[in-house]
Amino acid sequence: MTRHPGVATYSRPRWRSDTPVIPSAGSQTARVRPASRTSAGSPCQRDSETRATGGAICESLAVGGLAALAVDPVPWARAQMAFTLAAHIVLVPLGVAWAFMALIANYRGIKHHDADALRLAQRWSKYMAVTFAVGAVTGTVLSFEFGLLWPNFMDRFGAAFGIPFAIEGLFFFAEAIFIAIYIYGWRRLRPWPHFWTGVPIVIAGIGGTLSVVAANAWMNEPGGFTLDDAGRVVDVDPLAVIFNKAMPLQSLHMLVAAYLVGGFLVASVYAGAMLRGRRDRYHRLGFLIPFTVAAIATPVQMLVGDQLARWVYENEPIKFAAIELVPETSRNVPETLFGRLTADGEVKGGIRIPGLASILSDPTQGTNTKILGLNAFPEDSRPTTREVNIVHWAWDVMVGLGTLLFLLSVWFGIAWWRRRDLPRSRWFLRAAAGAGVASIVAMEAGWVVTEVGRQPWIVFDHMKVEEAATGNEGVWITFLVVGVVYAVLAVTLVLVLRLMTRRFAAADAHAEAGGPYAPRQPLPPPPARSESREVRAP
Amino acid sequence: MTNAVAAVLLLGITAYAVFGGADFGAGFWDLVAGGARRGARPRSVVNHAIGPVWEANHVWLIFVLVVLWTAFSEAFASIMLTLFVPLSLAALGIVLRGSGFAFRKEVTEVSSQRNFGVAFAVSSVLVPFCFGAVAGAVASGRVPAGGVAGDRWSSWINPTSVLGGVLAVAACAYLAAVYLVYDAERVAGPDLEEYFRRRALVAGVVAGAVALAGIAVLAADAEYLFDRLTGPALPIVVASGLAGLGSLVLLARRSHRGARLLAIGAVASVIWAWGVAQWPYLLPESLEVGEAAAPDATLATVLVVFGVAAVVIVPAIGLLYFLDQRDLLDPSESERPPPG
Repeated sequence: MTRHPGVATYSRPRWRSDTPVIPSAGSQTARVRPASRTSAGSPCQRDSETRATGGAICESLAVGGLAALAVDPVPWARAQMAFTLAAHIVLVPLGVAWAFMALIANYRGIKHHDADALRLAQRWSKYMAVTFAVGAVTGTVLSFEFGLLWPNFMDRFGAAFGIPFAIEGLFFFAEAIFIAIYIYGWRRLRPWPHFWTGVPIVIAGIGGTLSVVAANAWMNEPGGFTLDDAGRVVDVDPLAVIFNKAMPLQSLHMLVAAYLVGGFLVASVYAGAMLRGRRDRYHRLGFLIPFTVAAIATPVQMLVGDQLARWVYENEPIKFAAIELVPETSRNVPETLFGRLTADGEVKGGIRIPGLASILSDPTQGTNTKILGLNAFPEDSRPTTREVNIVHWAWDVMVGLGTLLFLLSVWFGIAWWRRRDLPRSRWFLRAAAGAGVASIVAMEAGWVVTEVGRQPWIVFDHMKVEEAATGNEGVWITFLVVGVVYAVLAVTLVLVLRLMTRRFAAADAHAEAGGPYAPRQPLPPPPARSESREVRAP
Repeated sequence: MTNAVAAVLLLGITAYAVFGGADFGAGFWDLVAGGARRGARPRSVVNHAIGPVWEANHVWLIFVLVVLWTAFSEAFASIMLTLFVPLSLAALGIVLRGSGFAFRKEVTEVSSQRNFGVAFAVSSVLVPFCFGAVAGAVASGRVPAGGVAGDRWSSWINPTSVLGGVLAVAACAYLAAVYLVYDAERVAGPDLEEYFRRRALVAGVVAGAVALAGIAVLAADAEYLFDRLTGPALPIVVASGLAGLGSLVLLARRSHRGARLLAIGAVASVIWAWGVAQWPYLLPESLEVGEAAAPDATLATVLVVFGVAAVVIVPAIGLLYFLDQRDLLDPSESERPPPG
């Protein structure tokens, strides 16, 4: 049986076909899709030859209002994808970097017989178990959403886009396996073999980050495939797909970000504890290890970010014009801090630093550097005015917060170099306590820059977001449900982590007073008529 | 090469059913274990059994999704488009399940444990049902190819899909119970071993009955599949039945390791029977495996990645299970007293 002949050409989105599907033998229940995405027809309408059992159910649900609303799915699909990505990305730095930080503590604990460091590593393992679980399931949702929200994209480009994910799958598998061994092996594995089971987690975290961002980079710089006249992918070069032009700097930028955010986030919790008076060695170490990781990552990130910005200037001029708020091609372009672009293409407001944008883009040419403006590109190939403003503000937020974090790291570095201690000022700890959230905001802002700056394309120059989206008008429902579930999940996660902290603190207080560790949960005794064999508590 | 990748896909589905399915089934037994007091001991066995391995087990799902969307993109897109509802439910269930389980382990208040437990246990039944319904929808030809969505509701609410869903839940429950017998023997005591053994027997009988009833359902509702199941795939179907029966017999005779192997064999055979029966279609009868296949270079990449997985990941999984079965992984208290 041949495939359905309604294959559209490259320029016409196939999924908006209004030709009926050829019903095949059997109880197939195809339905005719409304020709226009925003038609007000009931989603239950179908041609007369395919009325099926589901029809009655569908009609009654439609009457009930569940499926009746013909809502344009594209903005909802976008919103849902952005929301779930933004949620998942908060947990990624913890999955990637915390294992590294735990291994540092673990190493110290064994090598230097440091009881505090060892206890830190053990406690961190328990937190990691919870955050990794939430990170894994939110990541699984993203995998589903590729298909649920962007079926046309996956259909046309899955053969290329999927390749980095195949690699990422290997790394993720290794991560899941070894994180379980590391977390649960504390008690019964011998110290050094146990330590080494943590190392694959770190390697897998790095590999996974690099490969998954390679997929996103490919969306910005698609390559490694050949299209036929009908727009179908007929040949693929896997290495060119993975190592596409955007991949090296973009992947590196996210990898360093993971360590930066992971470090500041964990350190900020201990900074808060220290501000509340817990100045013992355990909390000091709990602050110092992650903060040092972040403080080293931050200047590295500034360098990588600078390189990446210049790369975007050279290779993604539309995105760069949005970033720098450049409506018309010009030289001697000022760096505009905040401000906005109006509908008639004027830059209003903000603080303008003359010539700086040109200088930063190409220091060798200085203010003479030409920056292509938004109007050098067709209107339907570049972000809208609103999107440009979002990209520009996100960029300024990212660079601004990044700079503040850099200064915080320098402050720490100077104090450490001079006195091998934290800065004495309480303001340092206050800033460090806020650095966790600040680094998350900076990272999210960075993702907004790259994603919104790519609009309206989902695969640059090949496929638009609106072509890729599902025609399913029920997406608004899933978005609302996902929103509620994720909000509850976030609150619950924070509450559970805090509960664990309180339990550990109580255990420590108990231990200092000479009592046992936190009470274990023994198996309730078996019923009286069981055999004589002793029930072993788990 | 297309056939090799199709086999890899089916292997992935089998691995997910056998590993992840057992986790889902454990959630089922968690759900029906009774109230907080009565169910505490069975639930602790469940915790102990799946604690270290559940995350690794569920990566097989990612494996299946990635192979499908990379190597057979059109089929992936069509399935996702038509079966939007059960797949969305499954995704949501996966989130609730994983987080519920992880949270439950860390809270000490019984009411909180119960709430998280409910989230974990209910989704442990919902998710395999949805996946089974999806399989049934695909197998009965209700997912059209060519970029047009099938009916959003009747594609997965129909006799074959419901059969698929119920069979999936029953098979998961059965697999889990068989594994839990072994785990209970190791960590709890003969009373819990007996508890799970009895439930395994019941679940096995139910799964078998559903499968038998399924024959009638398929004959009426999914002609292509039925014809192929009673034709080329018949030996595999028979093997599945025999393995299932054999595992029940071994369970009754308290030969637990053998029962486990045969239970795995029974479930794996069902999946391979489905695959062979559907051949050569990914979406009967509108999309063949060859039509949906990606370019050769992509298929080759999938095979290479699978090869690496076989050489690197499978031994790692083996290591995880080895350490777990030797009780070197302790899912409860994991604090070691500091060095002296």
